[in-house]
Amino acid sequence: MSDYRIRIENVSKFFGHSIQAVKNASLKVKKGEVVLIIGPSGSGKSTLLRSVNRLEVATEGKIWIDDDEVTSSSIDIRKIREEAGMVFQSFNLFPHLRVIDNITLAPRTVKNLSKEGANEQARKLLKKVGLEDKEQAYPGQLSGGQQQRVAIARALAMEPKVMLFDEPTSALDPEMIKEVLDVMLDLAREGMTMLVVSHEMGFARAAADKVVFMDGGEIIEVGAPDELFSNPKEERTRKFLTHIL
Amino acid sequence: MAEIDKLPRKKADRGPVTSRIDVTDGALIPNRGNSLVFNSWRVTFILSIVLLVLLIFISPAPFRDIFYITVKGVPVTFQVTVFAILGSLVLGLFCGLGQVSRSRLLNTLAGVYVELIRGIPLLVQLIFIYYALGRFFQIEGLIAAIIALSICYGAYMGEIFRAGIQAVPKGQMEAAIALGMSRGQALRKVILPQTMKIILPAIGNEFIAMLKDSSLVSVIALRDILRRGREYISRTFLSLETMLMVALIYLVITLLLSRIVALMEERMKNE
Repeated sequence: MSDYRIRIENVSKFFGHSIQAVKNASLKVKKGEVVLIIGPSGSGKSTLLRSVNRLEVATEGKIWIDDDEVTSSSIDIRKIREEAGMVFQSFNLFPHLRVIDNITLAPRTVKNLSKEGANEQARKLLKKVGLEDKEQAYPGQLSGGQQQRVAIARALAMEPKVMLFDEPTSALDPEMIKEVLDVMLDLAREGMTMLVVSHEMGFARAAADKVVFMDGGEIIEVGAPDELFSNPKEERTRKFLTHIL
Repeated sequence: MAEIDKLPRKKADRGPVTSRIDVTDGALIPNRGNSLVFNSWRVTFILSIVLLVLLIFISPAPFRDIFYITVKGVPVTFQVTVFAILGSLVLGLFCGLGQVSRSRLLNTLAGVYVELIRGIPLLVQLIFIYYALGRFFQIEGLIAAIIALSICYGAYMGEIFRAGIQAVPKGQMEAAIALGMSRGQALRKVILPQTMKIILPAIGNEFIAMLKDSSLVSVIALRDILRRGREYISRTFLSLETMLMVALIYLVITLLLSRIVALMEERMKNE
């Protein structure tokens, strides 16, 4: 078994013939590492993240989670997706289901967990994200921050090895960002392997082992957060950072 | 984390908040909010009830006879409508799924069905299916009428299902399969329950349209409201009086139903 939880090797993604969203990207994430991907919009960071659980199919290159090759056409992609939890920018909670059923749906249908077992697990997770009193609410009755915390609990219910976050705080009002980042920080401290597309510098400094800067579909620079933020090697990184800092 | 607040933020695209399906035919559905439609509904409803009662009591011969005879067709009309709606829902579900399917074959199959049905007048289809069924199977008029109407309305229902499925934001399917669910599981547990909620008003509308179109089955051997009226005319030659009564009965039923659909819709909105 390799030391790396996620390996991305020379991945490219084309949309149609002319648009190349990701250019020859390679990245390795160790077990328990938290890696943040930053970059201007349209730089291919979400596309790269989404190819890890094959919501986007990489046109070229290979991706592994542990020893399973995600990009192989013979792999059971549903097994991979169970192991890679995903959190979306727009939460994507199921609006017709109560919070608790949002969390238990996948464990019950995919893992055939009993209703009681799944509920018990869901309550633990709700407690972990600080929403134990909301289990009977519908998503529409929750604030954005609460919805995103439920979405994190929903992903954790499948007991994933890896968590993928696609701009988890970008759709939130500023006062709700912290509650979501706190949950993510807890996860990072517990040793979850995390790949996060986000511009939250505070989170990067507090939790990230590495920050990856992407631009124009390419990985331009990888470094420790403090080093990359204060002393970027590449001109493009420097330029981008002056825009967002 | 002082830097956080300075970052530019995108608002997420959450898709359409409330999705409505445009209604092409059928009665206007009177909502309380839409006062013009609601008021005209009221006026029409009261007028038709008053006219119906006046005719029956002021001039019992022939109107009371006509009323008693034709109103016996109401259960038949409802029976045909209810079963044909159920049949068309099943066909429509498969047709809609076929249209959004990733399989080219199912796409084409569902598409051809819709084009075929939409391109032929309902009356022609009904008679054709009735005789075609009669050629190969020994079946009753009622069943034949239900099957024929189901096939015809299944295509329109398919379009409604397609639109309803497509109105569910794309992120829902992504979230479900990202959790390890199969597409089929995601469809059953996540997409279709939301679809049903979106298309319920449209189905109510189809029900009303179907109730009216079910009068077409009177050309094949079914004793519904219209058929009974026509039989009465052939005996008494009171064509104008009879058709007035038939029209009023249909009108009252349709107006009542459209109000029920409106109430249902309002209630769902408040939920």
